[in-house]
Amino acid sequence: MTAEHTEGWQGLELMRGSLDHCVKCTICETACPVAAVTPLFPGPKYVGPQAERFRTHEPSVDSSLDYCSSCGICTLSCPQGVHVAEINSQARAAMKKQRGIPLRDQLIARSGLEGKLGTPVAPLANLVLGNSLVRALTERTIGIHRDAPLPKFAGRTFQGWARRRPPSETTTDKVVYFHGCSTNYFEPGLGRMTVAVLEHNGFSVVVPPQDCCGLPLQSNGIFDTARSYVRRLVAHLVPYARQGYKIVATSTSCGLMLKREAIEILGVADDDLRLVSEHTYDICEFLADLAADGRLRTDFRPVPLKITYHAPCQQQGHNIGKPALDLFDLVPGLTVVELDRACCGIAGTYGLKREKYDIAMQVGSGLFADIVGANPDLSICDSETCRWQITHGTGKTSAHPVEILHRAYGL
Amino acid sequence: MTETRHADVVVLGAGLAGLTAAVRLAEAGLKVVTVAKGLGSLRLAPATIDILGYAPQRVDSPTASLPGFVAAHPQHPYSLVSAQVLAASVSWLKDHVDGYSYVGEPSTNMLLPTAIGVPRPSAVVPKTMVGGDIRDLSTVAVAGLRVLKDFHPALAAENLQAAAAAAGLSLQVRPVMLDVPVDGEVDVGTLALARHFSDKKFRTAVGAELRRALSDEQAVGVPAVLGLDDVQEVWSQFTEEVGKPVFEIPTIPPSVPGMRLAALLQARFRAAGGRLVLGAQATGPELRDGKLVGVRVAAAARETPRLCRWVVLATGGLASGGIDVDLAGHAAETALGLPVRGPGADQAAFLPSYLADHPIDTIGLTVDANLRPAGPDGEPVYQNLRAAGAIIGGARPWREKSGDGISLSTGYLAAESILQEAR
Repeated sequence: MTAEHTEGWQGLELMRGSLDHCVKCTICETACPVAAVTPLFPGPKYVGPQAERFRTHEPSVDSSLDYCSSCGICTLSCPQGVHVAEINSQARAAMKKQRGIPLRDQLIARSGLEGKLGTPVAPLANLVLGNSLVRALTERTIGIHRDAPLPKFAGRTFQGWARRRPPSETTTDKVVYFHGCSTNYFEPGLGRMTVAVLEHNGFSVVVPPQDCCGLPLQSNGIFDTARSYVRRLVAHLVPYARQGYKIVATSTSCGLMLKREAIEILGVADDDLRLVSEHTYDICEFLADLAADGRLRTDFRPVPLKITYHAPCQQQGHNIGKPALDLFDLVPGLTVVELDRACCGIAGTYGLKREKYDIAMQVGSGLFADIVGANPDLSICDSETCRWQITHGTGKTSAHPVEILHRAYGL
Repeated sequence: MTETRHADVVVLGAGLAGLTAAVRLAEAGLKVVTVAKGLGSLRLAPATIDILGYAPQRVDSPTASLPGFVAAHPQHPYSLVSAQVLAASVSWLKDHVDGYSYVGEPSTNMLLPTAIGVPRPSAVVPKTMVGGDIRDLSTVAVAGLRVLKDFHPALAAENLQAAAAAAGLSLQVRPVMLDVPVDGEVDVGTLALARHFSDKKFRTAVGAELRRALSDEQAVGVPAVLGLDDVQEVWSQFTEEVGKPVFEIPTIPPSVPGMRLAALLQARFRAAGGRLVLGAQATGPELRDGKLVGVRVAAAARETPRLCRWVVLATGGLASGGIDVDLAGHAAETALGLPVRGPGADQAAFLPSYLADHPIDTIGLTVDANLRPAGPDGEPVYQNLRAAGAIIGGARPWREKSGDGISLSTGYLAAESILQEAR
């Protein structure tokens, strides 16, 4: 048995074992945002713990599994502790391995590579990707929906900025920043704001070199490559974890990849990963913990804005509630409308796909309507792909919670 | 040294008991965090408030029967709930779910049909179900939807007529089966149907077909799928369409009425500033010098303490995982490791007959008058802990039809007891 095989097997058994806890109560069915809008996905209980019993090494005739968006709400809702979403992700990877992975999925799963290729030629790349004829052609040839929200290349990477910037003032508190691909290539401003907020609170911020965590590969069923990606990232981060430093992430889904999904879905059994995992914090979790301990600076200026806050499905997967709301409570003048929707629909790369775009937009329609109805100055959300989808669905600017703190500190 | 707290109260569990306590405490101005392993079991329930249905004969008036019932069952959770508290908890619920009006009082049980036609004694129920009280009916139709495979009107009608006759009521029940416009789908669940009913065109078409199918019946019962948060509008328009009183009959899960009630209470909690932490499991007490200062909670990647002044334990009983019994018969309370009262090690948990009163039925926590879990000596384990709902031992809710009343009243009382200390 190869090491790779052992890993996959362990991950599978860990999650698959939980299906015996399913009492068929249907709570996951009532919470699933995809089954609510399309009969193509019959629901997490059917596709998950029920169908899993019939899956063997023989190719499956059932394709409905592919319509699961991997938002993870079924696992979150299950009162019995069944890892519904994890079981489905693993089964889908097995199915795609049997059937072959489309070129489209191979491409959209490599956000780091796209970033590297697009950044040096950003104006041209943005022009090309913004061209409706190109998008129509891309839809026909490889199946990325012509209207799906794609980010714009910033042209300068966050890593480049971090390398050039003078080192933080030496303080006893050090924190490691895992910024992820989107901050590096598409939203470097978020990275700069995060560093400023952390430094304002007396931390010196270390930005180690880092690559893609492998999440888009994982959600597209390309597990072998995803495992090598996450191991490569862990190698960059583990020296700091060994010294006891906390690692903060602004990309909530990539943070969750380190905390949970690499272990529970990819089945990576690795002490280094476990150590990094235990030291990884979502940025709002980290800051709200500081606040709870009375260590967060509260020299906030009034921010007279009305914001909506959507906690994305991947943020909820951290099982930490909504710490962003605790932080917003500290900012004077801020009016916060908490939204109660499970998912915006995009689920990473799901909503980019030609055959799933309409489903994703329908999943998000309730959220979009709530945001448009609330008419906020800014709609706040922790996840980058969700922010792009929300802006696409509402026409309103969407920002990360850190941006509010950055403004409130007057940085 | 004063320690920074994350919340005033941590409520464990998001079923009826936990949500009731959480909403009350949050509305009183306390900072409340509810930690739940998953969405609470309220979503599986018919959303009626059954207070006392059998003791062991069928109960006509819970308030009249409770004193005798409690005297016969001194360790029952109802021994801690006064008539005043019960009444107050019921009015509290009615005030808090105005989007889904509840009617009825603890003084009187209605007799409402279940999906298999058993008349169920229930005291406080959503307005959409009241019309099914068979005490007020002499002819009624039960309508099924052909695509809904979990509801069989012929079975329900036959059983209901027989049960009514056995209860000395003269009732004619006629089954009706409807075809609904669902575009080629052959197997549509209750939740999907509820979403279809939100569409005016759909409910108009179904209403017209039902009107044609009825003759001189006084009322018609349909599976409880008449919309979700828009139930009032859907129900009244559908009733107009049918031209006769329409009542909902709860179904097996997914229970649309349970989803409506859970969503309303959760919205109340949120509006009062309450915070819900989902998918997280309590793994033990956080103690300082033997005192409970919080709860340890397992989340992604690590376990962390959530510090607070009070804890409400509403994780449910044996069926929900609040209590666990291993193969050797050892019982444990799963969140905080509290002492459990159940069949002793030398006593059998089960009797040979399936429908017997098994000793394990009443397993749960012993609590004091303030709902503080107590040890074998009767002393509270922690002064700042309260228990509510099915985790309190001593009841057989499925037999007594008492589960909702216990959860609502003890959830209400747990909050009351904390609020008295907070004031």
